[in-house]
Amino acid sequence: MSEIMKPARDVGIVGYGAYVPVYRLPASEISNQWRSGHDLNFLPIKQKSVPGMDEDVITMSIEASKNALKRAGIHPKDIRAIWVGSESHPYAVKPSGTVVGEVLNIIPNILSADMEFACKAGTEAIQAATAFIGSSMGDYALAIGMDTAQGRPGDALEYTAAAGGAAFIMGPAEKSLAVVEGSFSYVTDTPDFFRRAYQKYPEHGNRFTGEPAYFKHITESVKALLKGLNLKPSDFTAAVFHQPNVKFPQNVAKMLGFSKEQIKYGLLSGMIGNTYAGSSVIGLTDILDHSHAGDRILLASFGSGAGSDAFSLMVTNKIKNAVKKAPLTMDYVDRSISVNYGLYARWRNKIIME
Amino acid sequence: MDIPRYWRLKDQRYRLQGRKCKDCGNLSFPPRLVCQKCKSRKSVPHEFKGLGKLYTYTAIYQAPDRFDPMVPYIVGLIDLEEGVRITAQVTDVLPEDVVIGMDLEMVIRKIYADGDKGPILYGYKFRPILKKMTA
Repeated sequence: MSEIMKPARDVGIVGYGAYVPVYRLPASEISNQWRSGHDLNFLPIKQKSVPGMDEDVITMSIEASKNALKRAGIHPKDIRAIWVGSESHPYAVKPSGTVVGEVLNIIPNILSADMEFACKAGTEAIQAATAFIGSSMGDYALAIGMDTAQGRPGDALEYTAAAGGAAFIMGPAEKSLAVVEGSFSYVTDTPDFFRRAYQKYPEHGNRFTGEPAYFKHITESVKALLKGLNLKPSDFTAAVFHQPNVKFPQNVAKMLGFSKEQIKYGLLSGMIGNTYAGSSVIGLTDILDHSHAGDRILLASFGSGAGSDAFSLMVTNKIKNAVKKAPLTMDYVDRSISVNYGLYARWRNKIIME
Repeated sequence: MDIPRYWRLKDQRYRLQGRKCKDCGNLSFPPRLVCQKCKSRKSVPHEFKGLGKLYTYTAIYQAPDRFDPMVPYIVGLIDLEEGVRITAQVTDVLPEDVVIGMDLEMVIRKIYADGDKGPILYGYKFRPILKKMTA
C-alpha cells in the first residue's frame, strides 16, 4: 500500500466558483425521440444542462473562474498557473487557459496547459495545483474542471452528457477556506470509455463501465486515502463522488460506508446531468456553499481510462465570508430554460448540413 | 481570417476596456482617441464594470453569414452604469422574454468561429443578471 499524497507545504482552496449553462433538455425528450418513450420509467436523470450556441469550455471556465476570484479576494496577477481539465477543449491545439488568463487579467507571468483524463481532468488539475503551491513554485494556481460533453444521438450516454463545471484557486493553507488534508490517486489501463482523434463522439466498453471502472477505482482511491489518514467514513460531514448519473454515486457511497445524509449536497446529476470533468468538482462547490468551519469533506473523482483522485478537505472559518461573495452553485442549477430535442440537435451540431 | 483584428481588439472585447479622458473624465466605449466632449487627446484605459440596463433591442433573423448559425439572436443597446451606451448581443434569454429596462450583466461568449479551421472569436455579450450581489 502506497502512502497518501501530501505536499511539503500545506495547501488549500482559497476560492471556488461554479458554472452551469441556463438551458435544460429533459431526459424524456431523448426517450421520446429515440425509444418512443418506452424507457420513461427508467431514466437515469430528470434533465441535463445544454450549452448555448455561444458557449464552450473557455467561456464557461471564464465565468467559474471569475466567481473563484471573487471568493479568493486575491489580485489576479498573484496566480502563477492555469490548468484547464476537460475532454471538450474548443481547440485541438491552442490552450484554453490562455484565453481564460487574458480575460481575467492573470497573464502573462504564468504557466498554463490543458489537461485531459476523461472525467477526472478537473481533479487532475487540482492535484497539479496542489503540488505546485505545495512546493512553493507559486502562491496561487487556478485549477478548472469543465466540459460540454458529447453524446452520440440515440446512445445511452446521450441522456446524461451535459455541460458545466467548477474552478478552484489553490493557495497556502493559512489563506484557505478548505485545507487539503491529503489525497490519493489510483490509475490503471481500463478500456471503459474513449474517443479517438477526429471522432465526434466517444465509445464505451459497455460492461467495463461499472464494476471494473467506476466502482473499482473510486473504492480503491478512497479506501487508501482513509487508511493513510487514519479516518473512517463517519469522520466526514459530506462526500461527493463522480456523478455520471444518480445511481452510481449513491451506490459507491453505500459500498464505502457513507450515509445518504453525507451525500445530500453536491449530488446534482439528476438536475444538470453528467458534466464530465466538471462533475465531481461542481458537486464539491455545492457542498462548500453549505459548509461550516470544521466540516470534513471527501471528494472522489473518476475518469475513464481509468483512474480516481480522492481528497480529504477540512473547512476553515474563512468559508463564511467567502460563500456570499459569488453566486451559489444552486443559483446556476435552479435557473432553467427548457429546450426540445430539435433545438438541442441543432445547437450541438448533430444535424449534418452538408 | 482577421487574426490581426482579433488580437488588436482583445482588451475591449475581453474586458470591456474603453478610455477615460485625462482632462474632463469623460468615458468612451469603444475606445476613442479624441474625447468627444472636450476634444482632448489625452486619455487612459478604463475597464467598465459590465452592469447596465437594456435601452432597446431588436431580434435578428436575417444575419450576416458568420452570425447566421445563431439566428434568431438579440442585439441590444445597453446603458452601462457608468453612463455610456453600447451595442451588444443579449444572450441566455428567449426573444419573447426580452424586456426594455431589464438589468443586464456582461459575460464572455463565443461571437463566432471563423469557419471550421479559423480562430474562434470571444467577446462580451450581455445576459439578464443572474444574481444581484450585495457583498
